[in-house]
Amino acid sequence: MPKWGLSMTSGKITDWIVAEGAEVSKGDDLVDIDTEKIAGALEAADSGVLRRIIAVVNEDVPVGGTIALIAPAGVPESDIDEAARLAREELDSGAVEEVTGPVTGTVQVGGRTLSYATLGDGAETVLLVHGYGGDKNSWLFVQEPLSAGRTVHAIDLPGHGESGKDVGDGSLDVLASAVLGFLAAQGIERVHLVGHSLGGAVVVAAAAREPDRVASLTLVAPAGFGDAVDAGYLRGFAAASSRRELTPHLRKLFADPAQVTRQLAEDLMKFKRLDGVQQALDALLATLLDGDAPAIDAAPLLDKVDAPVVVVWGRADQVLPVTNAAALAGQAQVHVVDDAGHMVHMEQPGAVVAAVVGAVEAAAGGS
Amino acid sequence: MARMISYREAINEALAQEMQRDPSVIVMGEDNAGGAGSPGEDDAWGGVLGVTKGLYHRFPGRVLDTPISESAFVGAAIGAATRGLRPVAELMFIDFMGVCFDQIFNQAAKFRYMFGGKAVTPVVIRTMYGAGLSAAAQHSQCLYPIFTHIPGLKVVLPSTPYEAKGLLIQSIRDDDPVIFCEHKALYDTTGDVPAGSYTIPFGEANVVRDGDDVTIVALGRMVSVAEQAATELARSGVQAEIIDPRTTSPLDTDTILESVERTGRLVVVDEASPRCGMAADISALVAQHAFGALRAPIELVTAPHTPVPFSAALESLYIPDAQRVVNAVKTVTSWER
Repeated sequence: MPKWGLSMTSGKITDWIVAEGAEVSKGDDLVDIDTEKIAGALEAADSGVLRRIIAVVNEDVPVGGTIALIAPAGVPESDIDEAARLAREELDSGAVEEVTGPVTGTVQVGGRTLSYATLGDGAETVLLVHGYGGDKNSWLFVQEPLSAGRTVHAIDLPGHGESGKDVGDGSLDVLASAVLGFLAAQGIERVHLVGHSLGGAVVVAAAAREPDRVASLTLVAPAGFGDAVDAGYLRGFAAASSRRELTPHLRKLFADPAQVTRQLAEDLMKFKRLDGVQQALDALLATLLDGDAPAIDAAPLLDKVDAPVVVVWGRADQVLPVTNAAALAGQAQVHVVDDAGHMVHMEQPGAVVAAVVGAVEAAAGGS
Repeated sequence: MARMISYREAINEALAQEMQRDPSVIVMGEDNAGGAGSPGEDDAWGGVLGVTKGLYHRFPGRVLDTPISESAFVGAAIGAATRGLRPVAELMFIDFMGVCFDQIFNQAAKFRYMFGGKAVTPVVIRTMYGAGLSAAAQHSQCLYPIFTHIPGLKVVLPSTPYEAKGLLIQSIRDDDPVIFCEHKALYDTTGDVPAGSYTIPFGEANVVRDGDDVTIVALGRMVSVAEQAATELARSGVQAEIIDPRTTSPLDTDTILESVERTGRLVVVDEASPRCGMAADISALVAQHAFGALRAPIELVTAPHTPVPFSAALESLYIPDAQRVVNAVKTVTSWER
C-alpha cells in the first residue's frame, strides 16, 4: 500500500485491474485504491507475474502493508505460498511497520516561511511547484515514484499550504524568488524544476533568472503560454466561501468530475478558511488575469532558458485549454495526455512521471 | 499534514491566537487562572477542566479569576463588550446559566436591536454541557435549545477539535453575543487541526459523511455517535448522510433540506431533552419545507424527558447511543404505508 500524501495512513482496495497469474510490466496500472482524499490507480513497481493477490477488494490496508506479490514466473510456488502466508499474517495482525513518508520542514526565505516535503535521496534533485490554490500534497501520486533514485522536494508557494500567507504584491517575481530562495537555502546547485499551471510560469521565471541552476524544466499545463483561460474558474475558486459553492468549480479541474470528492473540496475549504489565504488568492488572481485574458506572458522568459523543456498537457483541460500548447511549439517536446483535465498529475500521474524522467535523461545528454 | 490535538487544546489554541492577534480579547471566569493572587501556585487550574491553562502567564492582566457569581461576571463581560473589549467568559456549566438570563436574554441579545444597530456586543460565553461524567442532574444538561430560541444570540456546538478552533475564532471576531457550547465528554477527543488561525463561518453545516439512503442530522457529541451508527449501517448496505449543523443559530436549513430532498428520510439525533428542542425544530422545518420528499415519518433520537440520572448505569441508558440511531434508521428505511 503506497503512501500518497502526508496524511494517508491506509487505503482501501476498490478493484484489482490485473488478475492473479497475469504478466505485468513496470508502470502498468495494477489496482484501484481509495484513500480519504482521493482515488487512484497504483502502478506496478516491477515487471513479473502477479503471483498472489493478498488484499481483497474492499479491504482497508495500512500504508506499507503487502497487497500483492509480483515475482518472476520461475520462483517456486512453495516460496510464493510462504511469502503470501507471512504477508496475510502481517495484515491480519495489524502490525504493519510504518512507512516513512516524506520528511517535512520549513525554510525562511526573504522573511517568508516556506514549507516543503522531501522524499528520496538520489544525486539528481527535482523540485515540484504546484499551481494556484494547490499545495505540495497535490503531487501525491508523482513524488513517490519519482523519488526512486532521486531527491524530490515539493514546496508550498507563498500563500499556500503550510507556507506563510503573505504574497507581497502577488507578482510572478515574488513566487520565483521563493523558489530560488528555497534552492539557495537548501544548497541545491542543480535542479530539475517541475511546475503545474501557475507553478509552471513560476518555474520558467525562476529558470530565466538563474538559468545555470536549472538542469531541466517540466511544465504541466503551464500558465503563461497561449491566450486561453477560464477566468470564471479562477474567480469562482477565489470567491467560493463554502463547499457547495466551490465544488462546481473544482469539477472543471478534471476530465472525470467524479475525482472531486467531498474530502477534496473540504480540504480546500480548510485551506481557504485560514487567515490570510483570501488576501493571497485575491492578490494572485490579479497576477493571473487581465480582464478575462491571461495576464502572464512567460514566452520571453522561456527564451532565456537553454535547458531541456518537456511539456505535459491534458487533452480535456478546461482551465488552460491544450490549444495553449501551440505557443510552445519548437521550444519544447509537448505530450498531450488523454483522459486528463487540468490536474494531469492527479488523473494521469504516470504521464507526468514519464515526462519528468524524460527531462532528467535529456539533461544528462542521453536522449 | 496531520497535526492531532485534543478538543481542549484546540480551544486553548484558539484563545491564545486571538489574544495574541487582538489586545482587546480577554478571558474571565471561575478559576480561569485558578488561585491567582492567593498564596500558592498561580494558574493552578485553567478553569475547572483546564481549558484556559497557560494563558494567565502568557497574557498578563488579561485572564481574570472571577467570584463565584455568574450573574455578576457574565454581566461584567457583556458590559465590557459594549465598551470595546472582546471578552470570552467561561461559565463552567451551562446548567448555571439560569442566574444570568436577564443579562444574556434581555441585555446582550437586544442591544444591537434596541439601539438601532449602533451598539455591538462582541462577547463570547463559553460553557460546558452534556451528560457522561456522572455529574448528575444539575451539571449535565444540554440547554442550547433555550439560547437558540432567543433572537440576537448565536449558538455554536463544535463536534470536533477542528470545529472547536475555527468556530471559537469566528465567535471571538463576531460582533454579536455568542454562546459557545463545549461537550464535556469531547475534551480529550483528538483530531487534525491546522496550526494557523482559521475561521469556520456560522450557519454552514458540515456534511460529515455522504449517503443516499437516509439523512442523519446530529448535534455536538452526537455527531460521532451517528458516525458509529453509519459505519454499522453500511455493513448492511444502508448509506447514511450525516449532517453536523455546527451552529444552531443561525441554522443551515438549506443543507438539511437539500439532503432530505435526495434521501427522502430523516433521523435527528440530539442529546437534549425532546420537548422544544433542536430535534423537534429541525423535524418541523423539514416537515414544512420538504414534506413532498419524505418517504417515511421522521424519527427523533433524543434523551428521554427526564432529569439526567446520577447513576452511571442509568446515565448510559439516558444518552442516545449508536444502536438507537441504527434502530431509528431501520425504522425509516423499512417503513411502508
